[in-house]
Amino acid sequence: MLSADDLTVIRRQRAIVDRVSLDLPTGTLTGLIGPNGAGKSTLLHLLSGAMAPDDGRVSLDGRPLAEWPRAALARRRAVLPQASTLSFPFRALDVVLMGRAAHAGVSTGDRDATVALEALRAMDAMHLVDRVYPTMSGGERQRVQLARVLAQIWPEDAEAGAGRVLLLDEPTNTLDLMHQHVLMRFARRLADEGVCVLAVLHDPNLAAQYADRVVVLDKGRVAADGPVAAVMTEATIGDVFGLPVTVARHPTRGTPQIMPA
Amino acid sequence: MTGTLNASLAIDGADTDPAAWMRRREARTRLALVGMAALLAASVLLSVGIGALAIPPLDALSVLSARIGLGALTDHTPVQETVLWSLRLPRALLGILVGAALAVAGAAMQGLFRNPLADPGLIGVSTGAALAAAVVIVVGGALPFGLGMVGRDLLLPLAAFGGGLAVTALVYRIASHDGRTEVATMLLAGIALNAVAGAAIGVLVFISDDQALRDLNFWLLGSLGGVTWDRLLWAAPLMLGPALLALVLARPLNALLFGETEALHLGVDVERTKRLVVVLSSLAVGASVALTGVIGFVGLVVPHLVRLTIGPDHRVLLPASLMLGASLLLLADLLARTLVLPAELPIGILTSCVGGPFFLWLLLRRRGLGLW
Repeated sequence: MLSADDLTVIRRQRAIVDRVSLDLPTGTLTGLIGPNGAGKSTLLHLLSGAMAPDDGRVSLDGRPLAEWPRAALARRRAVLPQASTLSFPFRALDVVLMGRAAHAGVSTGDRDATVALEALRAMDAMHLVDRVYPTMSGGERQRVQLARVLAQIWPEDAEAGAGRVLLLDEPTNTLDLMHQHVLMRFARRLADEGVCVLAVLHDPNLAAQYADRVVVLDKGRVAADGPVAAVMTEATIGDVFGLPVTVARHPTRGTPQIMPA
Repeated sequence: MTGTLNASLAIDGADTDPAAWMRRREARTRLALVGMAALLAASVLLSVGIGALAIPPLDALSVLSARIGLGALTDHTPVQETVLWSLRLPRALLGILVGAALAVAGAAMQGLFRNPLADPGLIGVSTGAALAAAVVIVVGGALPFGLGMVGRDLLLPLAAFGGGLAVTALVYRIASHDGRTEVATMLLAGIALNAVAGAAIGVLVFISDDQALRDLNFWLLGSLGGVTWDRLLWAAPLMLGPALLALVLARPLNALLFGETEALHLGVDVERTKRLVVVLSSLAVGASVALTGVIGFVGLVVPHLVRLTIGPDHRVLLPASLMLGASLLLLADLLARTLVLPAELPIGILTSCVGGPFFLWLLLRRRGLGLW
């Protein structure tokens, strides 16, 4: 379980993350939504350990992130960025193998290769294996990146059963409609497999369709936090985003869907 | 977890076998590395064998064998032994060290800056060394009664090494803040300090007399000539040590290519990697420049040649650059000292002469692909 306790980040005398506390249990997909500038990306960086809070702390399985050895943390926690640029002609397989960087000394080259191929297969991306990464489309890249993060937190035999965390930083931003849903389905599946997944999303409807729980961030604070149906209300969404909305039901899934009133 | 995923998703591209593709690729990489090692061995033999006095490979081996106490293998002559042992061998070793140091530093810099156009000189080490050397040459040459010449042989490389490190330290200092180093700032600070040091060299050139000008010019264009064993033994650890240590940075450098945050998430100690790349590169390049002057284009072009043949993975890019850089510098030096016998061309002219057009060709070939 990933726990954030009273996180605060202050920049230019303004709290951009303001006393945020969150518990993210394994096996759940949490959607983090909020207007631009709400502090979503900052919060994600705090949760990943890439950034240290000015106050408060983040712990993974009860142990503060700062006390985790870098490599051990990287084997348990991966982050899928918005989009990854690369100006050198690495193949998709090389990119996935980069996810194994923190396994040096724990794993062998052969095992790394096996895991990388397994991860590509799991992401339905085996056909991309020898493609040159910078020449691939946005959807293909994101799929390879997902295989990369999967290979990164692939459990070693000794660590099997340990809680794993996947953070997604606006992962659907550069993707077309179909690929957005392909990606979210993979995220959903990982959560069902026991991974703790947190996705920063721009589109509340994506969160509504795939998440177990939605956290709404506004001006650095948690404005709402709970099951999808409880959070996705006209009052909460309309208030936070400053836009009057109507909540309808998805005709086949029954999940709340937001549209401007 | 994978069990269910595997079962539920079809495998695309069943006609290809990724594992076999991986094995083929590994075999190709090994072959390329062996080829580069062979090229290096051949370059050494050519380099020690060709010159005013020819020393065939067997005689060269014979001299070495005699020198390490195993006895002569052929009836090589004493003159061959002297020429090989006192002149060609130290020169060849210097070529290997400098070529390896420049190429590895270049590859590491390109990785650090995530920019295929980076060059080891970017962090100011070459220009800093050149400026310090120019001060020694010009100011020393202006002292009366040749006083400046006393101890110049010793002072010049020391000053150059110190100057290179000093400018790099300044660049690094400017770019570091709150325990973090901004790579973009480092690049810009490097450009600015290179410009200032270049201007200072210009001033020194302007005020120097004819002799100093000739010395300075020769030094600025580089030469492997005049190396001695004791000087080589001093500088060798400074060049080879960092070049070999840099090989350990392969995985962190791979991760850095995606950006610092991504590298952090992959478990890389980003700040330490940056610091190590800068320290190791400046030591290796500083020591190289101190002994040979400024030799351009090797650090820029060699990593590109390797990427073209083996690919961009630093785990092979770094060792392959090391070997190819050594080979190419040996061959360039061979040309430099034989093309205009009995005179000698500055090697920097040759490397830029060949490297410049080659790089242009590379640019034109890759134009529009946006790929390196």
